[in-house]
Amino acid sequence: MSAVFLGLPTAPAGVGHLRGDRPFPAAARDALRDGQLRANLGRATATIRAKRAAVVGEVPDWEALRQAGAGVKRATLARLDEHLLELEARVTERGGTVHWARDAAEANAVVTGLVRATGAGEVVKVKSMATQEIGLNEALAAAGVTAHETDLAELIVQLGEDTPSHILVPAIHRNRAEIREVFARTMPQFAGPGDAGDLTDDPRRLAMAARAHLRERFLRAKVAISGANFAVAETGTLAVVESEGNGRMCLTLPDTLITVMGIEKLVPTWRDLEVFLQLLPRSSTGERMNPYTSLWTGVTPGDGPQEFHLVLLDNGRTAVLADEVGREALHCIRCSACLNVCPVYERTGGHAYGSVYPGPIGAVLSPQLTGVEDNASLPYASSLCGACYDACPVAIDIPSILVHLRGEHVEAVARERRRPTPEALAFRALARVMSHPRLWRAAQRAAGLGRFLARGRPTLPAALPPPASAWTRTRDLPAPPARSFVQQWTREHGA
Amino acid sequence: MRVALFATCLVDTVVPQVAMATARLLERLGHEVVVPPGQACCGQVHVNTGYRREAVPVVANHVRAFAGARRAGVEAVVAPSGSCVASIRHQQAAVLRRAGEHGLAAEAEALAGRTYELSQFLVDVLGVTDVGACYPHRVTYHPTCHSLRLLRVGDRPLRLLRAVRGLELVELPRAEQCCGFGGTFAVKNADTSTAMLTDKMADVLSTRAEVCTAGDASCLLHIGGGLSRLRSGTRTVHLAEILASTGDTVSPGQGTAPAVPA
Ligand code: SF4
Repeated sequence: MSAVFLGLPTAPAGVGHLRGDRPFPAAARDALRDGQLRANLGRATATIRAKRAAVVGEVPDWEALRQAGAGVKRATLARLDEHLLELEARVTERGGTVHWARDAAEANAVVTGLVRATGAGEVVKVKSMATQEIGLNEALAAAGVTAHETDLAELIVQLGEDTPSHILVPAIHRNRAEIREVFARTMPQFAGPGDAGDLTDDPRRLAMAARAHLRERFLRAKVAISGANFAVAETGTLAVVESEGNGRMCLTLPDTLITVMGIEKLVPTWRDLEVFLQLLPRSSTGERMNPYTSLWTGVTPGDGPQEFHLVLLDNGRTAVLADEVGREALHCIRCSACLNVCPVYERTGGHAYGSVYPGPIGAVLSPQLTGVEDNASLPYASSLCGACYDACPVAIDIPSILVHLRGEHVEAVARERRRPTPEALAFRALARVMSHPRLWRAAQRAAGLGRFLARGRPTLPAALPPPASAWTRTRDLPAPPARSFVQQWTREHGA
Repeated sequence: MRVALFATCLVDTVVPQVAMATARLLERLGHEVVVPPGQACCGQVHVNTGYRREAVPVVANHVRAFAGARRAGVEAVVAPSGSCVASIRHQQAAVLRRAGEHGLAAEAEALAGRTYELSQFLVDVLGVTDVGACYPHRVTYHPTCHSLRLLRVGDRPLRLLRAVRGLELVELPRAEQCCGFGGTFAVKNADTSTAMLTDKMADVLSTRAEVCTAGDASCLLHIGGGLSRLRSGTRTVHLAEILASTGDTVSPGQGTAPAVPA
């Protein structure tokens, strides 16, 4: 019997948050019109860029460290299956339970089942991208379980019934005044005496209000849910790095801890972890060291959660791993440096990307997790300026992956359609002309005739038909010259 | 030295004066310039838009045109474009290899090793920074992304500009921010591209320079097209044109965007 290989499964549609409802250019257009958003983002990204540049600049062997990070990831992914089995064995030995989830739906079902089994009606959550990716909060809500985000920025997003727009700073699109408004509306009891009237937008006041609000939840929570920044296979140890300490509260106080982790997050040994604990804080928050690094291995009797579950999530990752060029995206340690330096992200913000993974890494990761046709506009949401590649602490060549995915998209469209798109026809015709010098010279002469459209002015008229209008709406085009350079040169010098 | 000039499709067709300036400059420095007539395009637009299969004959044409020149004794290929040189160095061989064209791919690799962006060629290969130019204008320099990050031209263009007589160089704030051109990005994501351009133009205008220069005609067409639409009075001029100028040959209409009276 012969079977047709249909490719590895991608993240299913209808669950989780990897797909937008509009193509990037349309979503970006709305974001670009929002002056407040652009001001908030411009300010926030400029600040964090400067902080990162300063602390990265002071590490003399940064480039070597970066290459080490990339090397460890590459080697780990090459034997991912073995490392995962080792991790499972070690976690189990130490009293934890490992669950394997093929996709978002399976992971949600596992976690929901585990929470229900404890009888808890609410959970506290450590900031986690994986649980955002699979839409865990919605799945829990459908099962009657309330999830409380405890990361300050996630809390702002949750209380504001908003969606995150940045990997590290989910509320980056909000300024202090907007945050004050959300807090005053949703937790007036902590706003101070009076009618929430004296809650100011002083960062300390806002933080204290959030602290009081969260404290209550930490103390009564029976179950916590987290993601993981890293897992060390050799000992079965999980790691979460954070700034606030709210994660530490969740990881230590409740009886039950459930961790959802993408399968690419593990490293083989503690020595490998050392590399990333240097790369991550400098790249993400622009700090030399993050304030809290929590590490735990299975269950420790009498100390911390007495029940520990690790849910290993695929959700399209194996499909990414199968792509020789695209797999580099799995090196990502979610530091968000690429977002902060990206000129496109800085102007459009994260929501325009339609996925929980925005910015340059989102533009290469989301289309791979879902299959490129479900996020076909994202690989084009970049000017290929390369700032992301330079900033990435694990040297992911994002521009090359973007170009690769554009190629995958063009070829997928060509396979699916009986008639080529007008764009494909244009590029084919152009290729033909550009590969036959005689046709090329003729085409240049024809283009030169365009100068008559300018009627003696130095520029062409602004009102040109599409697709030229996409250019001329905001930019003049010079009138084409009478002769191309090569024509002029051969005239002067002979062929 | 015998040098082949790759004009690039855009310069050749839209702003031929940039290639002419490059040729004049190299000749003035005592080198022999040849222009292979079979040249057209490096294939970058196709590759970067996702048409890698369609790019194969375009790349093959480029490799054949310049491999011929190499056999005729050409020692180096020079192009007035960071972006196209980056594509020649980093994309061409891979595109050919993917299509099974291994012989041509090897040829492309050999060629890539001898293909230079103008400022790199002048500073690294010829070892000159003072090219004897005179350009009495207030100028700001925009480091284009592919020159900066793919070719790492660093401060070579600035060193060349500092040696130009009469030229007043003013620093561009937030110089390393992309101008928003990005090839087909400028059309496919025209709104985002324009938002980036708007900020770049504000930075350029804040320098009160008469001229914004760069090593890529494509980005200059984008910036210059925006400045011209604003009737700002600041124009874009390619680095090659500045370096080719000897003072008496400067005409105000030169440049990659039309001069508009302020
Ligand atoms: S791709 Fe690199 S820079 Fe971007 S979030 Fe991931 S690790 Fe950080």
